Amino acid sequence: MLDQPQRQGLTLAWKAGDDMRASNGSGDPNDKARRFRDAALPHLDDVYTLARYLLRNGADAEDAVQECYLRGLRHFDTYRGPAMKPWLFAILRNVCRSEFMRRSGVALAIDGQAEEDEDAVPLWQEAPVSPEAEMLRQWDAKTIRRLVEDLPDPFREMIVLREINDLSYSEIADVVSVPIGTVMSRLARARSMLRKAWIAEEGPST
Amino acid sequence: MTCAESEVLLHALLDGELDAGHAREVETHLETCPRCARQLVAYRELQQAMPAAQLRFTAPMSIRTDHNQRVLGDVVSAHVRSLQGEHLTDVQTSDQHTVKPWFNGKVDVAPPVVDLTAQGFRLIGGRLDYLDGKAVASIVYRRRMHVINLFIAQAAPSEPQGRKIDKIQGFNIRRWNAQGLEFWAVSDIDAAELQEFVEKFDAAFHPASGA
Repeated sequence: MLDQPQRQGLTLAWKAGDDMRASNGSGDPNDKARRFRDAALPHLDDVYTLARYLLRNGADAEDAVQECYLRGLRHFDTYRGPAMKPWLFAILRNVCRSEFMRRSGVALAIDGQAEEDEDAVPLWQEAPVSPEAEMLRQWDAKTIRRLVEDLPDPFREMIVLREINDLSYSEIADVVSVPIGTVMSRLARARSMLRKAWIAEEGPST
Repeated sequence: MTCAESEVLLHALLDGELDAGHAREVETHLETCPRCARQLVAYRELQQAMPAAQLRFTAPMSIRTDHNQRVLGDVVSAHVRSLQGEHLTDVQTSDQHTVKPWFNGKVDVAPPVVDLTAQGFRLIGGRLDYLDGKAVASIVYRRRMHVINLFIAQAAPSEPQGRKIDKIQGFNIRRWNAQGLEFWAVSDIDAAELQEFVEKFDAAFHPASGA
């Protein structure tokens, strides 16, 4: 018997099969599917990671990745490059926004004007201790992930795109559909928040 | 350059995103502004404290196996298509020596074609089909009124080989690997009969080990 996620995956796979047959007129659909898989499957972990951080939930992330890959296959005809990963990320963001947040009734604030709320907060606060003594503690992977997960949506996303995926600013700007200037200010804000949370995690210093 | 500008641009400096002119401007500011200089050091430290490997998640197996599920879906889909219309076989003959050479140049493997009529599974022909984006050979057998499609393709070395029978949409599918080839047998006969078919095929395919 298939368990529930497998069954969903299968259902989706069947839908993909229908789409492939429907587009039979333009080129070999099987060849299209193979080329898409070769190009897209190596990025599966990265796409899943972004989904995990955006949705903060493993099961939702899994569904979102499935849907992302199906849409990717469907629109592979229109893919003109340059890089596969940012293209998949852009699809994934649309999936996360349109499908999941609507379903759960929770808005995903990745398009919000979060900067305006944060602008009042200074980017940099001097640490209470002397700069020489100031060393960031090394947290384990679980703690680091939680600190990133706790960032507000638009800033969390910046950390994932830049620090985990090493996307260039212009790639991030394309994925998020904002000007490069916004990428810069958002990333600066994201790192500022993360550093504060990182230090706050240590609790009151003894 | 003001501190407000520098506070943002030093991140671009850190990320190697500034052209030489702007980089020089930020660096000049940092030389004269200890507060901004401390920020560069602090954010570089932050970056080093969270290596990407620690932040990354690994996609669960259920997503990866979806690919295998898709292939199984393809197998059933191809089987159903073969039963509809007039396209069960491209080459219709019970002579295995006619079926085998027919595939020359059509698929990238030389599919083993064995006549199992004496064992209760009548060879009725061969057909070119597509699975998972690849041209594959289908050897078609009949058991009473039931059709068995045996799909044969080049095996992907990394693919796990299942030993069990999957059931999808009422069809039984048995998948296995042998001698660099990947086999899928699919039919609406029951699982025990399909297993019998696979064993008879294996025995005929490897006469030495079949005894």
